[in-house]
Amino acid sequence: MLKATLKSLLSRKLRLVLSALAVVLGVMFVSGSFVLTDTLQRSFTDLFSSAFANVDVSVSPKKEKGKQPEPLTPADISEVKAVPGVASAVGEVEGSARPIGKNGKVITTSGSPRFGFNWTGGGQEKIREGRAPQAEDEVVVGGYLASTGGFRVGDDIALLTLEPKKTFKITGVYEYAGGRDSLGGELSVAFTEPVAQQLLLGKKDVYSSITVTAANGQSDEALRDSVAAALGSGYEVKTGETLAKEQADQINEGLKFFNYVLLGFAGIALFVGIFIILNTFSIIVAQRTRELALLRSMGASRGQVIGSVVLEALVIGLIASVVGLGAGIGVGALLATIFSSVGGTSLQLAGIGVPMSAVISSFAVGMVVTVVAAVMPALRASRIAPVAAMREAATPDRPLTKITIIGALVAAAGGTALGFGFNSASLPLVFGGILVAFVGVALLTPVLSKPMVSLIGRLLSWSMPGLLGRRNSARNPRRTAITAAALMVGISLITGVSVVLTSATKSIEKLAAGQLQTDLIISGEGQVEGSPATFKREVLAEVEKTDGVSSAFGWASDGVLQGDDQMFAVAVTDVPAMRTMFALKPKSGDIAPLRDDQVALPEDLAAEKGWSVGSTLTLQLAKGEPRTFTVRFIWAKTQVLQGALVLPESASSGFRSDRIGQAFAQVRPGVPVADVQKRVEPLFADNPEITVQDRSAFVKQTTSQFDTVLLMIQILLALAILIAVLGVINTLALSVIERTRELGLLRAIGMRRSQVMRMITVESVVISVFGAVLGLAVGLALGVATVQALKDQGISELGFPWVTMAQYLVVAAFVGVVAAILPAIRAARLNVLDAIAYE
Amino acid sequence: MSASEGVAARAVDVWKSYGSGDAAVTALAGVSVELERSRFTAIMGPSGSGKSTLMHCLAGLDDVTRGEVWIGDTLVTGLKDRGLTELRRDKVGFIFQQFNLLPTLTAEENITLPLAIGGKKVDKAWFDVVIDTVGLRDRLTHRPTQLSGGQQQRVACARALVSRPDVVFADEPTGNLDSQSGAEVLGFLQRSAREFGQTIVMVTHDPNAASYADRVIFLKDGHIVRELLSPSAEEVLETMKHLDDVAVPHA
Repeated sequence: MLKATLKSLLSRKLRLVLSALAVVLGVMFVSGSFVLTDTLQRSFTDLFSSAFANVDVSVSPKKEKGKQPEPLTPADISEVKAVPGVASAVGEVEGSARPIGKNGKVITTSGSPRFGFNWTGGGQEKIREGRAPQAEDEVVVGGYLASTGGFRVGDDIALLTLEPKKTFKITGVYEYAGGRDSLGGELSVAFTEPVAQQLLLGKKDVYSSITVTAANGQSDEALRDSVAAALGSGYEVKTGETLAKEQADQINEGLKFFNYVLLGFAGIALFVGIFIILNTFSIIVAQRTRELALLRSMGASRGQVIGSVVLEALVIGLIASVVGLGAGIGVGALLATIFSSVGGTSLQLAGIGVPMSAVISSFAVGMVVTVVAAVMPALRASRIAPVAAMREAATPDRPLTKITIIGALVAAAGGTALGFGFNSASLPLVFGGILVAFVGVALLTPVLSKPMVSLIGRLLSWSMPGLLGRRNSARNPRRTAITAAALMVGISLITGVSVVLTSATKSIEKLAAGQLQTDLIISGEGQVEGSPATFKREVLAEVEKTDGVSSAFGWASDGVLQGDDQMFAVAVTDVPAMRTMFALKPKSGDIAPLRDDQVALPEDLAAEKGWSVGSTLTLQLAKGEPRTFTVRFIWAKTQVLQGALVLPESASSGFRSDRIGQAFAQVRPGVPVADVQKRVEPLFADNPEITVQDRSAFVKQTTSQFDTVLLMIQILLALAILIAVLGVINTLALSVIERTRELGLLRAIGMRRSQVMRMITVESVVISVFGAVLGLAVGLALGVATVQALKDQGISELGFPWVTMAQYLVVAAFVGVVAAILPAIRAARLNVLDAIAYE
Repeated sequence: MSASEGVAARAVDVWKSYGSGDAAVTALAGVSVELERSRFTAIMGPSGSGKSTLMHCLAGLDDVTRGEVWIGDTLVTGLKDRGLTELRRDKVGFIFQQFNLLPTLTAEENITLPLAIGGKKVDKAWFDVVIDTVGLRDRLTHRPTQLSGGQQQRVACARALVSRPDVVFADEPTGNLDSQSGAEVLGFLQRSAREFGQTIVMVTHDPNAASYADRVIFLKDGHIVRELLSPSAEEVLETMKHLDDVAVPHA
């Protein structure tokens, strides 16, 4: 039996390749994700251990939750120096510094930090060219910044720090051990110590940390303990090794999440793969009916027949896993290389490794997926009565009642799970519900396929070959349905996401039109090391005074602690202006300026916390002791400032930064907004990270991020769609083999090769378009459900991405044409005589 | 060279061999034959005699190693795929042992398939004549799976005739039928030749089937060895029995 199975398997190599390909791609995605993240993780670990190579022990101020630590002082350094076993103790100053390129634009990185520090001469940076900074207006720049920005010794460089643009003279360029330009693609610059303190920490005579080196014979751990003992509480004393590990762990935590995302998409691809394999095995079993029945008539048991099909699946799964793992290692290595070299990260890659997790998951996933997909066809195969061997395998259409009822039940179950998932905000339940719903819809597709296929087919079958193609696609509803369902999965997910994003865009637009009564929005562009760029209070005052501006307000923002809850707070400069521009309506209390000990909050937050006007709350701001505020007013729910506490302007003294993060201005009636914008913009000339936008530009900028999200998802789902296309090719190829005799007959009675190809192409396009229509319908349903569920989260409008959806439909038709190419060529090349004699 | 008047198809010194070198098998060894218009010709011979090969070569389904094949005025030998396809579509009809109907099409659609492929109009009057002759009037909307074997083969016959080809080639048309259905199909082929003037060439190994033909050609080892005109089944059987005695000329 074993031998018979293997022989039969080998005799159908093409089939083997096609059915294995879907598994190979899925496994490739899985193992590639593991290899990529593993390589990056080890690279970052290496990076940080080299960044802290010359740090034996480091002292930094103790971090308390919600509070900004007090910086270290020269006294702390003296104290550390006095500890026995300390060879040296150097105060380090470090903070954000963004260089401005020669084109006047701020130079960005793709994730690597941009920072400045004090040049101590004792770090691992070595001057490559020029000399150390000595005067206030002198800096040295890292080799990577020099090469990225095209800076040389003697050039001027403008930098953004806590203060607006300041220009310095470059006196030198430094490098790291081995002549490296940077450790990991970071852009760094070093000042003299007093300048660094002022610009990076905002105060003279303060330090971010102290780097301690041990005297000979002193272990790092012993030194750490004696320094900690000498300093007492209020300090964090760690070895360089620990610090390196902590920082690497932090990045690796992010990479882990990235890995989960990739694995999620790999899961979708594999889910689609199951459809393809299921279909392939169903067709194979149908074509092997005679062979299997012959085995049965010679005494093979049902178990042996099942075993034979499952064994075939195992062999395919095994081969596919091995190939997929290999391909995944290649893809992972390639992506890691791209990641490290493209986009300016220039991360020094650790060697490509194959983690055990990649190997185990590849084999587990590849084998399990294949076998699971083969079980149903195997069971069906075992039910073939031996007599069927002798009969012409005229299998009449099995009734679709059972499958339809089951499908409806499964789809309902999936929908219910989805509903519960939305209600309880349980992500696993949502995703599980979606997958189950997909299975349910897939089971319903055979019933849908008859009317749908004939409808779609009618549009395409104006000639005899077209008619035959259409009839062929309606011939085996299950086969067509599963093939189309595989395509449905990818398209419906994209459509669902598109619906949500379109709705979000529409909601924002409506919000801007209704609740944002502001003409100009001044905000920090992008993220500067975690928080948006800010500007000084004085500049806002200038905006207010600008000709044409009727009123303006802004806020500084920060996280604050209320008990153990982290909350978002804004310190608003002008509450009445905010009331007007955000169209705030009071829920209780009246919207009036806040005194220094007053707070305001939105309706839903008040309800959640049980606060009302007059309640007092104690907030721990980043600086200073906890402060008590009394609720002055509660405003009726709006889409802006959701979940935020509004504090008086004076509270910003307790924030990490009291600078304005976002500001809004209203223009005097009758004055063109563009004119005022032109007058306001120069106020920020020294601050190129701040943009002044009118309302529509602001909305566009806010919604444009959705396009990026959509693009990313489209790219990640491309593999699922590619696998679905393979499924179409597979189905067509197997159908061509199955219908060899018919093709021979058609050629014998005078059908041209081109007509044969057209026939196959129509069949392919009908299947693809059917899948796309299903996908669009299911995607719309998913999207609408999600939007309903997110109603309270700010997505108040329902928008449909009609253009995008039409594009998907066109793409699907195109995909159908492409998928038909190989099977069509194969069909057209059949030898007429052989084909007619084919059994 | 133009075809002689009254000849629908002919082979001129046709050789056909498969494989090469020592493994070469000669299926046809210099066969020359003329198939007259409006006649029902049967090609007979034991297995491996080359009778199917001869028909395939005549019909343009297979190419010849040497010699020429003509259908009407058309030199088949040397035609490329497109030319062969058009020849098959416009000048030749086929009836196969396995019926070879398209399961997705109704009986009527199957019958008119060659015309539809060629983008031609159906000659309604002729279609009606053919349908009534094969007796399928009440079966036109049925799918092949709903028809008996004999009915399916009659659909196949109607399909071969409906485009009024120069020649209809039938390959063991009764091989898969019981004797009664076989007799119906053979009677129909005979009438087509006599009443409609349709040229028919049939390959068979069944003496009884051959007895319906106007002319029977006997093949052995790739050579035409005997010929009978309007023979009875007994005569055919006798001839077959004694084919072994016939000396095959050596090439």
